[in-house]
Amino acid sequence: MASRRPFLPLAMLLGIALVSSTSSAEDRSIVVASTTSTQDSGLFGYLLPMFKAKTGIDVKVIAQGTGQALDTARRGDADVVFVHAKPQEERFVADGFGVKRFDVMYNDFVLIGPKSDPAGVKGKDIATALKAIEAKGAPFVSRGDRSGTHAAELALWIIAGIDVASTKGAWYREIGQGMGAALNTASAMNAYVLSDRGTWIAFKNRGDLDIVVEGDKRLFNQYGVMLVNPEKYPSVKKELGQTFVDWLISPEGQAAIAGYKIDGQQLFFPDAARKPD
Amino acid sequence: MPDHLSALQLILSGDPALLAIVRLSLGVSLAAVALASAIGMPFGALLALTHFRGRAVLVVLLNAMMGLPPVVVGLALYLLLSRAGPLGELGILFTPAAMVIAQTVLIVPIIAALTRQTVEDLWVEYRDELRAMNVGAVGRMTTLLWDARFSLLTALLAGFGRAAAEVGAVMIVGGNIDGFTRTMTTTVALETSKGNLPLAMGLGAILIVIVLAINAAAWGTRVWSQRVTG
Repeated sequence: MASRRPFLPLAMLLGIALVSSTSSAEDRSIVVASTTSTQDSGLFGYLLPMFKAKTGIDVKVIAQGTGQALDTARRGDADVVFVHAKPQEERFVADGFGVKRFDVMYNDFVLIGPKSDPAGVKGKDIATALKAIEAKGAPFVSRGDRSGTHAAELALWIIAGIDVASTKGAWYREIGQGMGAALNTASAMNAYVLSDRGTWIAFKNRGDLDIVVEGDKRLFNQYGVMLVNPEKYPSVKKELGQTFVDWLISPEGQAAIAGYKIDGQQLFFPDAARKPD
Repeated sequence: MPDHLSALQLILSGDPALLAIVRLSLGVSLAAVALASAIGMPFGALLALTHFRGRAVLVVLLNAMMGLPPVVVGLALYLLLSRAGPLGELGILFTPAAMVIAQTVLIVPIIAALTRQTVEDLWVEYRDELRAMNVGAVGRMTTLLWDARFSLLTALLAGFGRAAAEVGAVMIVGGNIDGFTRTMTTTVALETSKGNLPLAMGLGAILIVIVLAINAAAWGTRVWSQRVTG
């Protein structure tokens, strides 16, 4: 009997030791609910070590779609939200869940499609391009996950005068996943897909895809940051979270964002100073 | 994870980020196996040796729970552990502790159900002897668990395999935070979403090799201890 016993406590101790050794120094850390685009593009991997070096604060990023990230914060499970769907963010603040929203940076959306361009949309404006895709029934991958990019896509269909909810057929494929997964899917079935430029530049599995529409001012993509309201959730780490928000919109943080490049291309453009919200 | 390196290069160069991920994966899964054994083995043995109304229902239920969908367990725990949920005060959502709990919930049924079957089969063999010797309920449980220990190793390995391979629950309650709650499986999911398919595949291969090594070690231990104890 005696010799069976040592195994369990031993394994348990080992497991707990392994787990707890990685979770020490937990005090100076915040949880940031953010989007798949900021993570998949590699921006956080570049920014956070700089922030940590300056302040000693660990930033734990939960990468979700914008809608889900705001929900996570609404439940009090994050200290800061850093997302890209301004109307949803403004509602979040108006409902008292966020303290104050700040513009941080922008990039733009691009329409990605097969190089063969079966709908013939290359170089067109975004509304014309979407109309052509719908008319031809060319495969189109939609995020379908209430993310910032999904919200932007739905708004663009409305601009194009297409009620995608009622006209969508087999050509319109909602996958309910993140930006990277949507690009993988589009790559696998040679479909059109709307992406933020940052994720596209960092994306490795392009297959036969390329940018087909870009530069339309309706493809503008604004990112905002806000502290979760400590009055709603006392567990919110107010000072540390605010330090992160302040750093992002400070000249130093803005310069850091502008400095993130892949193959010489800048992915995000700081615009915190442009107009105070 | 540096994008430009292959998984093999990362392992060979002893990349600290990758080693931390491997260590966290093993730590979480081993802790879950230990906790689940402490709960599941006595429970399984008890269920094997007792008779009461509704026992058959409980056995079927336990067997069915071996197929609990991880993503549902993850979601239920998320709602419990969220700040807005009943256990929000604990503040353990998005920590390794939450991941251990999720995996424990997933593998308790596996270990309990396999223990129940093993002990029940062995009971048929030992019944007359143990009754004749007038061994009490606790004595029966411990004797049967001890004598079934080599078969029960398989139950532990089944539990470990499920825990180490699981991604849905740890993704939800852990949040896949870089350097904190990122495991082998969530890393594979993340690298896949970045379009880094070769790196993702390489990491998957490493995970399989680790699970294989642990199974080989368990097998070796079994052979060795069988030879020692006769």
